[in-house]
Amino acid sequence: MKILVCISKTPDTTAKISFTQNNTKFASDGVQWIINPYDEWYALVRAIELKEKDPSTILHLVTVGLADTEPIIRKALAIGGDEAIRINADSADPYYIAAQIANIAQQGGYDLIFTGKETIDYNGSSIGGMVAELIDWPYISLAVKFDLNGTIATVVRETEGGEETDEAGLPLVVSCQKGVAEQRIPNMKGIMSARTKPLKVVEPIAAETLTSIVSFELPPAKAGVRLVSADNPPELIRLLHEEAKVF
Amino acid sequence: MSVFIFIDHSEEQVKKASLEALSYGAALAGQLGVPAEGIFLGTVGTDLATLGKFGVKKIHQAAQEGLNHLDAQVYAKIIADTVTATGATVVVFPNNFNGKAVAPRVAARLKAGLVSGAVALPDTANGFVVKKNVFSGKAFAHVALNTPLKVISLNPNSYPVKEGQGSAEVVSLSVTAPAPKVRVVSATQATGEVPLTEAELVVSGGRGLKGPENWGIIEDLAKALGAATACSRPVADAGWRPHHEHVGQTGIAIAPNLYIAIGISGAIQHLAGVNRSKVIVVVNKDPEAPFFKAADYGIVGDAFEVVPKMTEAIKKLKGIG
Repeated sequence: MKILVCISKTPDTTAKISFTQNNTKFASDGVQWIINPYDEWYALVRAIELKEKDPSTILHLVTVGLADTEPIIRKALAIGGDEAIRINADSADPYYIAAQIANIAQQGGYDLIFTGKETIDYNGSSIGGMVAELIDWPYISLAVKFDLNGTIATVVRETEGGEETDEAGLPLVVSCQKGVAEQRIPNMKGIMSARTKPLKVVEPIAAETLTSIVSFELPPAKAGVRLVSADNPPELIRLLHEEAKVF
Repeated sequence: MSVFIFIDHSEEQVKKASLEALSYGAALAGQLGVPAEGIFLGTVGTDLATLGKFGVKKIHQAAQEGLNHLDAQVYAKIIADTVTATGATVVVFPNNFNGKAVAPRVAARLKAGLVSGAVALPDTANGFVVKKNVFSGKAFAHVALNTPLKVISLNPNSYPVKEGQGSAEVVSLSVTAPAPKVRVVSATQATGEVPLTEAELVVSGGRGLKGPENWGIIEDLAKALGAATACSRPVADAGWRPHHEHVGQTGIAIAPNLYIAIGISGAIQHLAGVNRSKVIVVVNKDPEAPFFKAADYGIVGDAFEVVPKMTEAIKKLKGIG
């Protein structure tokens, strides 16, 4: 069994979001970078659990990013995994990124690919599906539970107000969200061993960039809260009904 | 030349997110001066022709029961083949659970630029630029699609359903669907509840409620309003509420007309999931709770006293209870 987990670098969840260069670039000064929480907490940890259950499992991590991504991929290796591959490219276009990962996936002979459900910066939720299409594998998105019995995967995925239990053989691409696993904190042994785990750097293949970000925009600031006395909740309801007209 | 809209359905129903996508696609078709057409995979209890009132002239239906359950690989092939055969230039998906599974596959298959999580109609004055949600609701990006064929998936509750007159011509799509590699074993649907992502009104509770046994006041308020219920991350993590109710940066992001936050302090990660709500109401006993800065209306007070009075006032207004 060979598993590939896609890892992305994102700003910390508490990072202040602002833009520079006439709102065309994310202001990264002073921003702390983390492993995208969906990749770390769910995709990576579930893959580690599968390896713990079957120690013959080979677990690789892959990321598309420049050298400044390495602390993130080392941190991921400290949580678990045998080796990491960094594709030396910087892009915000999902097709370009997916084409790079698809190439690694095809060469590596993997059985299972995990991604997080989306990155918390681009919110695309599209890499898993694109990779699956490019290598012609089935794809189950937004999983809340993943089990493997031999080569048959049982996956529970979220649907509108409900859940669906699916079965699929391998190979398979799955995007993971809350429920699939529980967050783990890297321990000292993991951090030490991560220093010596292989981190391969490969150059990107030629792939087209289909989209580009023209500019960013912050949402308009709120005008300010209108407080109603705690003695008069019916007044709040009246305002919501007559002034805000929301129900 | 046409705008193609994927009409998602489940449990014999065309979902609200699909009606929004139809309305959006029809408006975009008007903007581009081309017809709007729908694609429907599977069967449904209602007459598809009636979807014409949302602005779509023609609906291609592959009426096979085997297609009633999603297999993203099968769906993507059929949609891509149909898009190619009809010469559509834009494909619109609802950015809901099924849309997120299929849109990226269709985009990759057809090498079309994709913008997922669109919140407004494209700006076509100079190129083709779509506004989308980024940084988990903390900002927007304007994304240019630089390919002849474009794929857009529209965030739920971002574009209003526009209902007019008209009937759609339903044409049968004869496809040989490849055998699905994903088998649906079972499906559960929360009955009688409004799905959170589609809800226009949401009542949400946080740690300030002190324990799951106190959720009655949240549920009563939600019931009186006809609202969905939600919660903050600590509440879901503690197991007080099911995780699918968790809204925030690492839960789900919602954009209802009204979001009532009760006993939630308003951490930045929580705000990221709800700050696209049109009206935010905060009830918190701490006047310094950061949520008040993001709110439109608020009451500084004890939820256990204030919330039941809100529920009573709604019932009185609606003449119920």
